[in-house]
Amino acid sequence: MNLTLNVWRQKGPDDPGRMVTYSANNISPDMSFLEMLDVVNEQLEEKGEEPIAFDHDCREGICGMCSMMINGVPHGPDRGITTCQVHMRRFNDGDTLWIEPWRATAFPVIKDLVVQRGAFDRIIQAGGYISVKTGGAPDGNAIPITKTQADKSMDAAACIGCGACVAACPNASAMLFVAAKASQFAHLPQGQPERYRRAKRMVDQMDEEGFGNCTNHYECEAACPKEISVENITLLNRDYIRANLTGVE
Amino acid sequence: MQLESNIPSGPLEDKWEKHRFDMKLVNPANKRKYTVIVVGSGLAGASASASLGELGYDVRCFCFQDSPRRAHSIAAQGGINATKNYPNDGDSVFRLFYDTIKGGDFRSREANVYRLSQVSANIIDQCVAQGVPFAREYGGHLANRSFGGAQVSRTFYARGQTGQQLLLGAYGALSRQIHAGKVKMYTRTEMLDLVLVDGHARGIVVRDLVTGKISSHAADAVVLATGGYCNVFYLSTNAMGCNVSAAFRAYKRGAGFANPCYVQIHPTCIPVSGGYQSKLTLMSESLRNDGRVWVPLKKGDTRRPSEIPESERDYYLERRYPAFGNLVPRDVASRNAKYVCDEGRGVGHEVNGERRAVYLDFRDAINRVGEKAIRDRYGNLFHMYQKITGDNPYQVPMRIYPAPHYTMGGLWVDYNLMSNVPGLHVIGEANFSDHGANRLGASALMQGLADGYFVLPYTIGNYFATKHKGKVTTDHPAFKEVEESVNGKLKKLMDIGGDRTVDSFHRALGQIMLDKCGVSRTAEGLKTALEEVAALREEFWENLKLPGGLSGMNVSLEKAGRVADFLEHAELMCHDALDRSESCGCHFREESQTEEGEAKRDDENFSFVSTWEYQGAGEEPVLHKEPLEFENVKLTTRSYK
Ligand SMILES: Cc1cc2nc3c(=O)[nH]c(=O)nc-3n(C[C@H](O)[C@H](O)[C@H](O)COP(=O)(O)OP(=O)(O)OC[C@H]3O[C@@H](n4cnc5c(N)ncnc54)[C@H](O)[C@@H]3O)c2cc1C
Ligand code: FES
Repeated sequence: MNLTLNVWRQKGPDDPGRMVTYSANNISPDMSFLEMLDVVNEQLEEKGEEPIAFDHDCREGICGMCSMMINGVPHGPDRGITTCQVHMRRFNDGDTLWIEPWRATAFPVIKDLVVQRGAFDRIIQAGGYISVKTGGAPDGNAIPITKTQADKSMDAAACIGCGACVAACPNASAMLFVAAKASQFAHLPQGQPERYRRAKRMVDQMDEEGFGNCTNHYECEAACPKEISVENITLLNRDYIRANLTGVE
Repeated sequence: MQLESNIPSGPLEDKWEKHRFDMKLVNPANKRKYTVIVVGSGLAGASASASLGELGYDVRCFCFQDSPRRAHSIAAQGGINATKNYPNDGDSVFRLFYDTIKGGDFRSREANVYRLSQVSANIIDQCVAQGVPFAREYGGHLANRSFGGAQVSRTFYARGQTGQQLLLGAYGALSRQIHAGKVKMYTRTEMLDLVLVDGHARGIVVRDLVTGKISSHAADAVVLATGGYCNVFYLSTNAMGCNVSAAFRAYKRGAGFANPCYVQIHPTCIPVSGGYQSKLTLMSESLRNDGRVWVPLKKGDTRRPSEIPESERDYYLERRYPAFGNLVPRDVASRNAKYVCDEGRGVGHEVNGERRAVYLDFRDAINRVGEKAIRDRYGNLFHMYQKITGDNPYQVPMRIYPAPHYTMGGLWVDYNLMSNVPGLHVIGEANFSDHGANRLGASALMQGLADGYFVLPYTIGNYFATKHKGKVTTDHPAFKEVEESVNGKLKKLMDIGGDRTVDSFHRALGQIMLDKCGVSRTAEGLKTALEEVAALREEFWENLKLPGGLSGMNVSLEKAGRVADFLEHAELMCHDALDRSESCGCHFREESQTEEGEAKRDDENFSFVSTWEYQGAGEEPVLHKEPLEFENVKLTTRSYK
């Protein structure tokens, strides 16, 4: 199949950037979306032009590196998958595709489709963990955890930190990301001692990083490749309010 | 090169305990005066950085991804072993030790493996305390499954995302130390060389992948946790960025490289669909519990699988190995898939004039237990397969083919996980120590975390307290020298100005290695490979085409640096495979097989670790042998007939 690509090209953080049109010819429907870009890139290299820079690593939907808006939707048209899991058979011969980076103040563009997501790391550093040192942990079976609670925790823990939720949100809020981490631990007995403090610290850091507020658009849930539920946001909101009421530091 | 394994004396069970007591400690108040560089933030690197930070060391951690949470460890699916014996099915420290030694085909060190088995239970406790949501039974206790042919259920898991959850646990611990100011994290930063001062590892030279800036970092010790080198084959199950560069540059600075030819090739991966293929996706081995592997009896039979009658199918694993059938170990399954495809009986897409895939058929299982039962067992995997290939495995057999998956070889380390270069420690997949010639399923995660949480944090202190010599800073001339050599090499790459892309070289290298240093090897093939790799390398340095420049982000330049190292490392792998004329574990030399075509070990002549010493560009490396002694297990020969 043959496609027309409109791709965001930006030389560096200070370059204003622009859309550039390329044609992608003889594309096999069995290719993955990133393999299609590889082919285009190799052709650019052969012509001595710089390839389109994009983040990727595992290419199987788990590392959270890949991050593109395809036709205005984070990770492309299908639900529950990442950009690297999109296959070209999803498109038709002759289609025109628009490929852009995540757009958010807190995720500045480094080059082309590559953005800086260090803000997510700093949110976790602010408190997105259980404070336990190596060594001296009690036996893994010492505290029974119901299967339901363990499963709920795992549902939230499935977040890959890709940032699609932010890219999808009209306010560029990171609430779904923060809520997923908070609720992974809120569902576990080990997570209780720091529960409210954790909620407060992460949310405060999120605000400091320049992410917007959540005004319940729920675009995040629709864009999330791991289908993390917005119910987690409700839980986080409750914990955050309680943290403020009880004045945890 | 001096290879002193430093294995403590005394009975196997007491070695680690005794050693921990014998090692010198660093006074708590002094720990902050020691700087440790940890390269890598996968399970090994993140767990080590966090634990060293907690102890009070001043830690600098580096990774090339945009966040430490994205290391390749994130992709591990199946699970992690530990000797908890929760199911009461007879597991013990000795049993895991024995299984690992035997699984490694008697080519690993007893003492290291025993320690690994001893600390394995602590890992699970640690991870539970961190909030890793392991699978649970209804009673609230941890669930186990049996994995990779083990006779006991000792594998812990978190859905199909065990690596992700363990890594996020370690990343949480690391993040806590970053917040506490004990660890400084450098993301999108690639180590390009190691700096030695008076023979000790005292720092690294790195490139900032965003700005292109080269800089030096000095420390009191360097830890490499940089993962494995399967991407020498171009196509593998590893993430795209996995590379050998850090380990290989250390090798060129004098660290011994052990058993480079030991590579595990995983039998159940989604096959190549075209020349554009960029990576191979692993399908869980558990599929072989219900799927039957077959190819057509006739060569070049391109009929649809449903049109091939029972009498014209060859269920070759069941035919050759009636006792184990489709559940033969990974290497046996991989080798046999290659053979039937070599014979021209492969199926699926034709790529470069060949069909390289075999069927994994669920028809009989579906007839036996119903589609629902199969969906419950493998629903996710079937879904993933359908997404990638466009085929519905409930209706047409899956197509699978082996793919390079894990490298048992790595930098040589002693019992303290220190290489022969004092101060240079190596942990996780990057070292060679625990898996011998073949790794058991669910044991890599265990090893990475054992090294990082429970071994290195102790042993590194012993280095500081006994061998370490005074402070150095980046003002030392050694740093300037290495920076110059790094800059020179990058400039040389940029200046070649040829017309072949870096990916094209990488693909060509992968093809040579897969054909001649893959599942099955011969002296003749390896000799040819040595010539072909050398010729390709020569062309690389004359004809590489690189766009962009040295400053700013340049993805092609990053790849070129890694491929340049692969082109040298491939040669080392072939030397090693050629020298080891026995078959063992995953290393199958066609010259060394039994009458039934099974791998034939030669314990009399090859019971050693092959450690290679770099001799300079264009020179053949020198082999050093560390003899392996087995005092606690009896060497046996596997049989799956
Ligand atoms: C698909 C798949 C499934 C698997 N499933 C299992 C399983 O179920 N059970 C199991 O036990 N094992 C499994 N394994 C194996 C296991 O995942 C790996 O062996 C293990 O995670 C390696 O961990 P590591 O910490 O040593 O290295 P990695 O996780 O590979 O981390 C390497 C780190 O080094 C950094 N790095 C590398 N080079 C440089 C450089 N030059 N400069 C700076 N940083 C650098 C990277 O950024 C990264 O942070 C699987 C492997 C694959 C491919
Ligand atoms: S590349 Fe890892 S999730 Fe897409």
